[in-house]
Amino acid sequence: MTLATAIKTGDVSQLPSRRDEDWRWTDLRGLLRSLPRQPDHADVSTDGPFAGLCGDLFLVPNGFVEGFTHIESAAGEASVAELRFVAADAASIATTVLVVVRAGASLTLLESYEALADGAVSAITLDIEVAEGGRLERIVLAADGPEGVTVSTATVRLAPGADYAQTVLTSGARRQRIETHIAHPGQGASVRLDGVYLLRDQRHADLTTVVTHGGLDGETSQLTKGVVRDQARGVFQGRIVVEKGADGTEARMGHHALILSDKAEVDAKPELLIFADDVQCAHGNTIGALDEAAIFYARQRGMPEDVARAMLTEAFVGEVVDRIDHAGARDVARAWVSAQLGTGE
Amino acid sequence: MTAMLSITNLHATVGEKQILNGLTLDVPAGEVHAIMGPNGAGKSTLSYVLTGRPGYTVTEGAATLNGDDLLVLEANERAAKGVFLSFQYPLEIPGVPALTFIRTALNAQRKARGEDEIAAPAFLKKARETAAALKIDFEMLKRALNVGFSGGEKKRMEIFQMAMLEPRFLILDETDSGLDIDALRIVSEGVNAMRSPDRGMLVITHYQRLLDYIKPDRVHVLSAGKIVASGGPELALQLEAEGYDKYVQVAA
Repeated sequence: MTLATAIKTGDVSQLPSRRDEDWRWTDLRGLLRSLPRQPDHADVSTDGPFAGLCGDLFLVPNGFVEGFTHIESAAGEASVAELRFVAADAASIATTVLVVVRAGASLTLLESYEALADGAVSAITLDIEVAEGGRLERIVLAADGPEGVTVSTATVRLAPGADYAQTVLTSGARRQRIETHIAHPGQGASVRLDGVYLLRDQRHADLTTVVTHGGLDGETSQLTKGVVRDQARGVFQGRIVVEKGADGTEARMGHHALILSDKAEVDAKPELLIFADDVQCAHGNTIGALDEAAIFYARQRGMPEDVARAMLTEAFVGEVVDRIDHAGARDVARAWVSAQLGTGE
Repeated sequence: MTAMLSITNLHATVGEKQILNGLTLDVPAGEVHAIMGPNGAGKSTLSYVLTGRPGYTVTEGAATLNGDDLLVLEANERAAKGVFLSFQYPLEIPGVPALTFIRTALNAQRKARGEDEIAAPAFLKKARETAAALKIDFEMLKRALNVGFSGGEKKRMEIFQMAMLEPRFLILDETDSGLDIDALRIVSEGVNAMRSPDRGMLVITHYQRLLDYIKPDRVHVLSAGKIVASGGPELALQLEAEGYDKYVQVAA
């Protein structure tokens, strides 16, 4: 039961509901009594958030994959791709994009979700393959509207020696889930899997990840940080599976959230499922408020309380942003954080 | 002429507990006054009450700086008026480089005083000169403030901030704690360089040792929340020799 199936069949009973353990904090069945109409073709003339970083443009307006069949980085080459999912109407949008990184190739995938019209229901599926020695850095900036409903599901298959890095940046939506499944073969492959959610008003964001280590000596480093205020709700579900025989696996998962109002909520479920003997796995999960002693220290130096709080909050999520490799994307991410927290110049 | 810092009959509580019990003290501009006293006398409480830390409640009395009522101001407004506290235990600020922290603070103070922001080149030049004088590696200023710094490095960083912010009134809370002799000398030189006819200082310390380096004009003994004795620098030496016992009894 998925949103994509529900859109294809027009049958809302196909929507995942809170009865599904994996969807209990992101109920769609109870939210959507009906689905909006099918979308029309749309022209998009605006720039995306990653414009100016010289990426080849792959535009998906209202779910129509136009002018390309898939995104491919040819063997041995380095490239940058700007993949824009643009909701131009409040329609039901379902689409799939295939991304292939050939052996020894390097791709920076700058992916954005943009809402020109608020209230769209989108099911976005990515099928990602990274061949031996290939490298993919995927930066996702999800800028949905407050009435939007989005489920993005990426399935990532890595070959030995592949390097996969991902950073999801989201300000949430009416309901939003960004899900990543990674088949990790070990054998020199490495994964970095990061996220930042900055939520206010009644927005909701759910970052769900599943990394399955199936081979020897795989590495995974995962860091997600969130800041929720007002009545917003953040969800983090991180699962790392180490299959039988995947010895030498090293996996680290961290999820840390700041709750800045009494009515905001964070639900976190870190899971390590380990079926091998010789592994190093760790997870840390903290949910709290800003350090009041540090705020007084900053105020004693002259900063008004709001400046001090914004500075410490920005520093809190800055650790995740600093892990982005691509300098241009890192700058976009920093500016996005400042804009969300209201600390921009 | 009125004193620069004037404290009159100050009573303060932390939670339900009465800590300051009618403290009266004047520090004229250009002078350095030391406050000494046994543990629990209210030394740190005094520094937090003067700087406006939440949780410290004034129940009676007054405190003014150059005639301005400090107690009605927010902590950051007091800082903009020129009150600086060198913390006994400086906080670690993960993710914020020291230079960014200090420039943000300096510009916030300047904005509050209706002044223009400091230009980046002028700020960096001053930071380089000040760091050199305090023997602080400039690269350290690009790292997150105080994170992973030793006790001595943190105290040096307090003096660095003080020199950058150029406050009118300094409160040093146990600045000597955790310092070895070399660090104590560097920190003291940094503080002495700040002495000027239009600046006052309150040096809070448990031990006389610091006062060999930062010579006070007056020494006050704080016990059970009020000043029980005042005198010249010789009072510090007398305390070192005789201990605080007789003052604890006076206060009780």
